[in-house]
Amino acid sequence: MGVDDTLAPRPDAGLPMWEYQESRENPDLAEVRDRSGLWINGEETEPLSGKWFSTIEPATEGHLSMVAEAGPADVDRAVGAARDAAAEWAGLPPIERAKSLFRIARLIQERSRELAVLDTRDGGKPIREARDTDLPLVAAHFFYHAGWADKLEYAFPGAAPRPLGVVGQVIPWNFPLLMAAWKVAPALATGNTVVLKPAETTPLSALRLAEIAAEAGLPPGVLNVIPGAGETGAELVGHPGVDKVAFTGSTQVGKEIRRRLAGSGKALTLELGGKGAHLVFEDAPLDQAVEGVVNGIFFNQGQVCCAGSRLLVQESIASEFVDRLRRRLSTLRVGDPLDKNTDIGAINSAAQLRRITELVESGQEEGALIYQPPCDLPERGFWFPPTLFTDVSQSHRIAREEIFGPVLSILTFRTPDEAVERANNTPYGLASGVWTSKGSRILWMADRLAAGVVWANTYNKFDPASPFGGVKESGFGREGGRHGLAAYLRGVG
Amino acid sequence: MVEERVAALSTRSIKREAKMWALRAAISMTDLTTLEGMDTRDKVRQLCHKAIRPDPTDFSIPPVAAVCVYPNLVGAAAEVVGGSAVKVAAVSTYFPSGQAPLDLKIAETTQVVADGADEVDMVIDRGAFLAGDYVKVFAEVAAVREAAGDACLKVILETGELGSYDNVRRASTLAMAAGADFIKTSTGKVSPAATLPVTLVMLESIRDFYRNTGRAVGMKPAGGISSAKQAIRWLVLLNETLGLEWMTPQRFRFGASSLLNDLLMQIRWLGTERYQSPDYFTRA
Amino acid sequence: MGERLAVRKTYKLYIDGGFPRSESGRTFPVVSDDGSEVVHISRASRKDLRMAVRAARAALAGWKGRSGYNRGQVLYRIAEMVEDRAATFAAQLELGGSSAEDARGEVGEAIDLLIWYAGWCDKYMQVVGNMNPVAGPFFNISVPEPVGVVGVIAPSAPVLRGLVAGLAPVVSSGNTAVVVASPAQPMIAITLAEALATADVPAGVVNILTGFPEELAPWLAGHMDVNGVDFSGVHPEGISDLEEAASHNLKRTGRWEGSDANLYRISAFTEIKTVWHPKGR
Repeated sequence: MGVDDTLAPRPDAGLPMWEYQESRENPDLAEVRDRSGLWINGEETEPLSGKWFSTIEPATEGHLSMVAEAGPADVDRAVGAARDAAAEWAGLPPIERAKSLFRIARLIQERSRELAVLDTRDGGKPIREARDTDLPLVAAHFFYHAGWADKLEYAFPGAAPRPLGVVGQVIPWNFPLLMAAWKVAPALATGNTVVLKPAETTPLSALRLAEIAAEAGLPPGVLNVIPGAGETGAELVGHPGVDKVAFTGSTQVGKEIRRRLAGSGKALTLELGGKGAHLVFEDAPLDQAVEGVVNGIFFNQGQVCCAGSRLLVQESIASEFVDRLRRRLSTLRVGDPLDKNTDIGAINSAAQLRRITELVESGQEEGALIYQPPCDLPERGFWFPPTLFTDVSQSHRIAREEIFGPVLSILTFRTPDEAVERANNTPYGLASGVWTSKGSRILWMADRLAAGVVWANTYNKFDPASPFGGVKESGFGREGGRHGLAAYLRGVG
Repeated sequence: MVEERVAALSTRSIKREAKMWALRAAISMTDLTTLEGMDTRDKVRQLCHKAIRPDPTDFSIPPVAAVCVYPNLVGAAAEVVGGSAVKVAAVSTYFPSGQAPLDLKIAETTQVVADGADEVDMVIDRGAFLAGDYVKVFAEVAAVREAAGDACLKVILETGELGSYDNVRRASTLAMAAGADFIKTSTGKVSPAATLPVTLVMLESIRDFYRNTGRAVGMKPAGGISSAKQAIRWLVLLNETLGLEWMTPQRFRFGASSLLNDLLMQIRWLGTERYQSPDYFTRA
Repeated sequence: MGERLAVRKTYKLYIDGGFPRSESGRTFPVVSDDGSEVVHISRASRKDLRMAVRAARAALAGWKGRSGYNRGQVLYRIAEMVEDRAATFAAQLELGGSSAEDARGEVGEAIDLLIWYAGWCDKYMQVVGNMNPVAGPFFNISVPEPVGVVGVIAPSAPVLRGLVAGLAPVVSSGNTAVVVASPAQPMIAITLAEALATADVPAGVVNILTGFPEELAPWLAGHMDVNGVDFSGVHPEGISDLEEAASHNLKRTGRWEGSDANLYRISAFTEIKTVWHPKGR
């Protein structure tokens, strides 16, 4: 007999539904201590500030650890330790620096399951992403940069690059350990010493990284980690003992730092916000484009500076494409980040959830149409369902402002020229995506999109060998690849 | 993106009751297959008994969906499975190459149905397809469809010879439009046989065909699926592409031979928490 | 018969390929080193600067869209035109106090610097850009692109060589430029503008303003449609305010001592763009 050719419903309705059972990663794989001190000069230390703050698990709002908050005296101590270590570290035979970084890379690989659990608990990201994306990239970053440490004279033709000295680095909470790796690995490979300030909501993995580095034999003072909030970061970037500042975070804070450093002579690189345009042409492979768009906006709950948060679809396929997107959204699994089957985890903090909620409300008030698939959100914790907005116009706030959440604004275009015009009509310029089957159009678009990264027929790809960074108000400087080294060297820019 | 989606879904962690459900479903979706030059009537009879009662020590295990054999062994199979829930599937149209005149293919199909085949697994003419003669491919499937009468028609694309995902999608649509009840990846005689990415492309074609025509076509990956772990990956792919509506033997089959015993071993491991030895499972 | 009265040149601004006077009607006098000659130079206003930025923005797409080969030819042509005016430049440098030998030397160095950057136009992408060996089936390439409109605050010494050292790297990669000349010897900048105007440089690609940098630079640094500024001619005490002004749209900024040939002055005003594409059948 042939199969039933008229009914979509399952013919043998008697079979039970298939529900994936919860498959929870063991939270105890990562040791979380009651108190997490500062890491200065190769050891954990009490804060002179006397202040401690609680870091919580955004999925449960439960307390994880009391973390030391670095005050001005602590910043001074950390910068002093980095300065004291600078000459010796820069003077080491480069191969010795390389070996230190290789060892760190190996230790990260060995402890990656633990570190993935730590970031998932402290930050709320799905364990699947922490395990399959963040941690492999963290190890790869150290491995890649290790090999540069003794080859810098080959990286910049005609130049004699030298380290800058003490580097102050301030990183965000969206990829806690990966952002630390992006900052620390190139800085150390190029012979600088580091004071790193992790975000106040996700300090634990950076502190663990400092321990790992010490275990790998990194000399005291070469890497110092000082948790704290905005004031600590401001104290660090303004400290006269810091020769270079590297910041990843919002455009607003990036501009403040730029102003603060005016005339200081300090080197500066900024990796800031974005409002990534994701363009889909009518000849695109639609199912693949749907996957790319979903990955582009829902990866890490959309809390990604290069998120493809503005979807621009060619008008001729817009309704078909949005239908496919909606169907795909209904298969996303939102919930416990430690469940290995979770696709969308928790929003990082109550403050971030408020910002997302506020912008989504503005979208509704301004007349855009909202779609959210039905999903059961846990009662405790910070959650936001995957969200699409259609009928969005270029002047709506949700089309202009960075939401930093799982919210996609959908607009249309008619011609390639209009696609470029709309994509570039923003002060940001971090990343763009383009989907089309036509090779010449890909290259034409890639030339014209004002963005530091263009993903053609793919999205959200990262690699230590590939430079990442923005144009316009998305910041300056690159991280990763040969070009990323320039951010930490004198005489090559 | 096809490979990436597959890689992401392959990390789904299916445990305990969800796993047990999947293992039992996989058994009920299996086309237990023997397609060897050395096949005999007795070999096929052995296979058929295994198909009806996969685990003689556990009566709760469901029978497989069908046995799949060469045309001249259809009668032998029908003798054993007749009256049971297990169907007889016959490969046809000069399997595996399909390099024969259409009237011979029609004659072969008519014959296997007359001999008792409930299902016909035909191959498309890959030569004609790659030469761009889609009309010929379509016409052959349509003619065999007619010759197969009420039998369930599965159309083998032999994706390992098609060269690209674009071709897999095109051949899928062609086969469905010409009347296929199932589309099937492979004969098992060409490497690569069934792969997850190719299956994903075919499932997406089935979904689009259903949206466009309202006709639900089934999917059969065949060749190279030998472990329970692999089978569960296929079911996850199915579940998250076409949904539960397709999670039935009427719309999904595995073409396999050694898969069955691995499924049985996994079920017993879940029940006993003791790792198993193949010596405790019958080999057909 | 008495001696023939020479016709003297009026020094004007160079904006959008033309030589307008300042819209403000202002000039300032420049007296030669030996006091023998007084020249009235146009004193550009912030409105002139705005017009110059507008012209530079309008010229950008065309200039960066040209092939590196073509830009290299234009830069080479500039060198030809400067060589042609070598005696004029040398004489003007001498009026500023250079010895005849130093003046000739600086003109030659400026021309050679132009040739050096002319040659980079179709090569710097090869040296600054590269394929990236990513761990996956992807084509991944990083190429430098011009940042856009770049302001150049030119140093006062060496005046001609300093001008070229600021201007040439900026335009070699496809940026367009708004140059604020040093008020010390502004005639040099306008003579250079005359060379540019006869060297197939498209209108608006280079705009040169004479006047007072302390008046113009804050407007340039704060202009939201300017993408980068070379602060080489800014006194260290002035740098803080200008960098602060430049922070509003996060301009790319740089400051170089000296006027040596330097590949990294090109890359300072380029952005690395990285393009990914999957490989597959």
